Amino acid sequence: MSALAVKNLSKSFGGLRVTANVNFAVEPGERRLIIGPNGAGKTTLFNLITGELTPDAGSVLLFDRDITRLPSRNRPHLGMARTYQIITLFPRDTILRNAMLALLGLSPLRWNPFAALHRQQHLRDAARAALARVGLAEMAERPLAETSYGEKRRVEIAMALAQQPRVLLLDEPFAGLSIDERRDVRSLLSSIPRDVTVVMIEHDMDTALDLADRITLLHFGEVVVEGTRAEVVADPRTREVYLGE
Amino acid sequence: MTVRYALLAAAILALIAVPYAITEQYYVNIASQILLYAVFALGLNILVGYGGLVSLGHAGLSGAASYAAAYLLAAGHGHVVAIAGALAAGLLTTAGFAALSLRASGISFIMITLALGEIIWGLAYRWISITNGDNGISVATRPAPFGLSLASADGFYDATLIVFLIAVAACAIFVHSPFGAALAGTRDQPRRMNALGFHVWMVRFWAFMFSGLLSAVAGILFVYYNEFISPQALALTASAEGLLMVISGGAGTLLGPVVGAALVVIVKNVVSAYIARWNFLLGAIFVLIVVFMPEGLVPGSVRLFRAAWRGARRRKPAAAAAAPASMPAGEPKP
Ligand SMILES: Nc1ncnc2c1ncn2[C@@H]1O[C@H](COP(=O)(O)OP(=O)(O)OP(=O)(O)O)[C@@H](O)[C@H]1O
Ligand SMILES: [Mg+2]
Repeated sequence: MSALAVKNLSKSFGGLRVTANVNFAVEPGERRLIIGPNGAGKTTLFNLITGELTPDAGSVLLFDRDITRLPSRNRPHLGMARTYQIITLFPRDTILRNAMLALLGLSPLRWNPFAALHRQQHLRDAARAALARVGLAEMAERPLAETSYGEKRRVEIAMALAQQPRVLLLDEPFAGLSIDERRDVRSLLSSIPRDVTVVMIEHDMDTALDLADRITLLHFGEVVVEGTRAEVVADPRTREVYLGE
Repeated sequence: MTVRYALLAAAILALIAVPYAITEQYYVNIASQILLYAVFALGLNILVGYGGLVSLGHAGLSGAASYAAAYLLAAGHGHVVAIAGALAAGLLTTAGFAALSLRASGISFIMITLALGEIIWGLAYRWISITNGDNGISVATRPAPFGLSLASADGFYDATLIVFLIAVAACAIFVHSPFGAALAGTRDQPRRMNALGFHVWMVRFWAFMFSGLLSAVAGILFVYYNEFISPQALALTASAEGLLMVISGGAGTLLGPVVGAALVVIVKNVVSAYIARWNFLLGAIFVLIVVFMPEGLVPGSVRLFRAAWRGARRRKPAAAAAAPASMPAGEPKP
């Protein structure tokens, strides 16, 4: 059984084929890195997996369950969480409230119009715990608008982790970070327990190589190479894609 | 926190005291109008301020309730039946509005609600066998709950005040609830809300229903206050006026719509006695608010008050140190 599999997945925008008959399977607990140059179709692939885009053809399987037709809002409830390459947070709220919203998304409490949200101690505690994992616990009460870019990136990750996903999709978690921040995020990501399957997008070759068990190289929407870290790095087609850029 | 409760208690006491302090019936009636329009604006604000969905058809919702009550009363039913029927009609109309308009958001949403509001207005105008067309429907009596007559200006004010306070409390509970947080989330970042597992459409639908419930309540108050309903109450201008109340007072704040309702009702009724072109005055006030307090009167005043307070506190030590008074605002020097 694989944690996540896509079969013959295709998507075009107008005449542009952005996902071209993509196949791969990620084993439970695996760390999969998806690399490819700008515009290779990596983010589109994530959007197809999470259901934010509907594929033209093919299917998506989560723990062998076909979820291709499942509305995207139901997928987090099955243990799929994602972060966004372009930060997509709640700028009017505090960091803590951002994290609480992530928890609320999976809680039946989200339909309750009578309770006081700030009195939901278990939600607050869980949100704080998620923020502590990314090192933001002390600044939980700070309005999101007053945080740095690097902190926002970590809020993105904290919100995904807060949902205790079985499959975690990270879209360029290192994008725009300083060297110090990269180191922090790297150790944060390597601390994620192995009962979570991680699929991570990076467009640089080197940034996240050491975090990956297996690597899938996308180019013009197609899988060019797939294999272990050593296999992909050694493959001449990899060099071709990255040198040809 | 305790300051806030003290202010709240003082405000409620002041509202209760209105009929005693103001002996002139005319002004008590104005106060009733403010409160009933405030209920309408509170309902609209749920959708506009907290949901980010601007409706230009809300007078159709309150109007449906008003007409249902007037029709049932004219048909000889009692007040209980009329009020229950009015709430049902208001909620059914709201459900229809929501189902049709929530396919869209942004400008399209505004246009759909506008069109739906116009349809309700057209029905009121043309469906003469039910609505009596242009002539409207008169209501003979006001209800007398628990033997308390609402026939007098004071009696009606008291009843309206109770309904108003319940509406404010309901809104306060709603916006601080998990569901209220979900609604604000769908306003700020619908895509992320969906990815977090929220049913964005359904959240908006139930918010619309709550908004419609308050509109219906306002419609019932309206028809009893005027003891009359005609298509004019459902016109686009009525919906736009509601929006004006919400935006001028402060969309997405609890009390902004109440202040906005007071502003509009006072300019419309009181100032119009002295200035023939009150419409012009209202427009001018609105422009001033948008220019100087784009966030609305309530949050704008809070901002100015805080700035003044901070400025005053900074000036004291600054004066003691004989520092120049013209320090850059908002940047406390070490
Ligand atoms: N909604 C859309 N409509 C039309 N074209 C799109 C859309 N989304 C993406 N594209 C195009 O599809 C291609 C792949 O985009 P995608 O965002 O998936 O690339 P990516 O691999 O994530 O790139 P990057 O490394 O820059 O993030 C690009 O050429 C992009 O312009
Ligand atoms: Mg991308």
